[in-house]
Amino acid sequence: MAVESRPLAPPLPLAYGWLERLMQSRNLLGFLFLLPAAVLLLLFLTYPLGLGIWLGLTNATLGESGRFIGIGNYLSLARDDVFWLSVYNTLLYTVVASVLKFGLGLWLALLLNQHIPFKAFVRAIVLLPFIVPTVLSAVAFWWIYDSQFSIISWALVRVGLITHYIDFLGQPNAARASVIAANIWRGVPFVAISLLAGLQTIAPSLYEAATLDGATPWQRFRYVTLPLLTPIIAVVMTFSVLFTFTDFQLIYTLTRGGPINATHLMATLSFQRAITGGRLGEGAAIAVAMIPFLLAAILFSYFGLQRRRWQHGGRD
Amino acid sequence: MSNFTRRDVFKLGAGAAIVAGAAGRIAPARAADLTFTPEKGAKIRVLRWKQFVQGDIETFMASTKKFVDATGVEVRVDTESWEDVRPKAAVAANIGAGPDIIIGTNDDPHKFPEKLLDLTDLADYLGQKYGGWYDVCRTYGTRDQRWIALPQGINGSCVNYRISHVKAAGFEKPPQDLAGFRKLCQNLRKNNTPAGFALGHATGDANNWTHWCLWAHGGKVVDEHDKVVLDSPETIAALEYAKELYPTFIDGTLTWLDPSNNKAFLAGDCSLTGNGISIYYVAKTSSDPKLQEIAKDMDHTHYPIGVSGRPTEQNLMLQAYVMKYTKYPNAVKEYLRFMWEKEQYDPWMIASLGYVSQPLKYYENNAVWTSDPKAKPFGEVSKLVIQNGYAGHLGYASAAVMGDFIVVDMFAEAASGAQSPKDAAKRAADRARRYYEV
Repeated sequence: MAVESRPLAPPLPLAYGWLERLMQSRNLLGFLFLLPAAVLLLLFLTYPLGLGIWLGLTNATLGESGRFIGIGNYLSLARDDVFWLSVYNTLLYTVVASVLKFGLGLWLALLLNQHIPFKAFVRAIVLLPFIVPTVLSAVAFWWIYDSQFSIISWALVRVGLITHYIDFLGQPNAARASVIAANIWRGVPFVAISLLAGLQTIAPSLYEAATLDGATPWQRFRYVTLPLLTPIIAVVMTFSVLFTFTDFQLIYTLTRGGPINATHLMATLSFQRAITGGRLGEGAAIAVAMIPFLLAAILFSYFGLQRRRWQHGGRD
Repeated sequence: MSNFTRRDVFKLGAGAAIVAGAAGRIAPARAADLTFTPEKGAKIRVLRWKQFVQGDIETFMASTKKFVDATGVEVRVDTESWEDVRPKAAVAANIGAGPDIIIGTNDDPHKFPEKLLDLTDLADYLGQKYGGWYDVCRTYGTRDQRWIALPQGINGSCVNYRISHVKAAGFEKPPQDLAGFRKLCQNLRKNNTPAGFALGHATGDANNWTHWCLWAHGGKVVDEHDKVVLDSPETIAALEYAKELYPTFIDGTLTWLDPSNNKAFLAGDCSLTGNGISIYYVAKTSSDPKLQEIAKDMDHTHYPIGVSGRPTEQNLMLQAYVMKYTKYPNAVKEYLRFMWEKEQYDPWMIASLGYVSQPLKYYENNAVWTSDPKAKPFGEVSKLVIQNGYAGHLGYASAAVMGDFIVVDMFAEAASGAQSPKDAAKRAADRARRYYEV
């Protein structure tokens, strides 16, 4: 094919001006830069969320798209004991585990913030429970809590403290305590390491000044550490609460919601109803029912813990 | 519907019925051979439950290869844990794409019968040739007199017991009546060699024995018209019975999952439980002398027969069904026929080591049941099983009630004393109504 060579013509003045003006527009550029993120959000967050909410309003089953039934699923769940039990279990699980994870995590972070030998090594070790895949640690706990093979019971029997093996997962309240303990074991490192990062951003000069002013260790913690750590605490605890509230693997591996649904969380019940039981609409409704609780947790964290004045040691 | 071509050869001898051989053995009848000519260039995909034992899948794949070599049809076999086949099958049926053949479990084909290929000709042929289908297989395989699924077998569950412990408790073997069985469990407890049956969310073990107990007392979730009748005196009697059994169990059964009783039995802590052949198989093939000792000292029997006077066992049914969307209905049927013929099915049963009990009466003769007398009870479960959702229809509601552990939870509540038997039955009936009375 012949190639005709000709000098480059200058762009048409009109088009040039139009493109130039457009590319100079801050609004358009802003929009363009925002677009990929917006598409990702819409595609992978808004759409599934919307679909979940829609499914919760239908009588869809696995394999059938179902039809719109309004709030039928919610009315039916409102009369369902097992659902309310799962709500109670989820709240108990989240509140107890989160409070203990926060307490233990903060304590651990403060310890790790001291000058200790092999500091880096110890900090790495602390992260281990968080690094192990949840299912693996859950299987380990399944053996630890086994009614016949529990290492805890075995050790206590050997020492002579008990005569019978403890039935960790067999009684409702013991089972709840056991799964909460497993969750805490897994969650503490995340809280501790994140808070440790926060602690290290606090300027040593503040502590020096406080010490010179005669502040006790408790006062240094209460009026220097805590206020400056609050923004990190807010973020870390928001995540921690969200992880705990939506926990699934631990329960599914340890108890599948038993005994007699005493450890069924909303997430595990949602799976049982939607996938095992085939009632996709009802399962979706249970999942959607988790949203208000999660929103409340996020709002509490953002509008409560992140108040500037509180962070600076003042009162509301 | 996809382009269905007529099968080429289908001749069933008019008088080709069951022919009983010598000594009560069932011989294959001389049914005229049935073959389907696979479509040109046919490629089929099979999704089946993941094997319990390696020999199963090895033999299954070897037979599949024989089929591929003989017909030129391409076959791809994928496996998934049996509980994961269920949602995949439902989605495939809904969107009209996916595997051509699904080998799944229990009620699944009855959730979308209109999406399934009619297998009546094939099932009739196999039934006539191999001594007929067991009643429960016919129930699981047919809908409105039409075969929508081909039962592959039953993952049987029996009472597993320690011979010496049962003898020490005053019985030659576990009694076949409810009162005797309860007495045995009580004596076992006294001797500190307790029984144990799962009451946690153990999909297989807990559903098996609780449904047996419910049906043995004449209770049922629904009647013939799918009306929930669980809240009945019969159910309460079953729960009272379980409440008496529960204190005789080893600790922890309230949260036992499927592997729990295997662990406890093999550790020598539990002397009687309900399970498949897996405990025995593990003990027998172990190199550990302690486990070999357990294998020698254990045996299997059926669950007791209750007030109805007939066996009332619940087991996992494995069955193959074909999606109508398949482009190669003849290739698919020919594959199924090939795999169910004795040349392939007999060695497959042997390789499965008794994990799968036959759906066709002819295979009662299979060597897997005769080579080891302790395996024999598993060869008989096909005669004793009742379908899930008895006495109603198979479908979404029956599957959902089992999936939501309604019967298991009811027994756990009553047995542990968390609810009175009356309240437990009422609560379970309310829960079941949410699925049946929509």
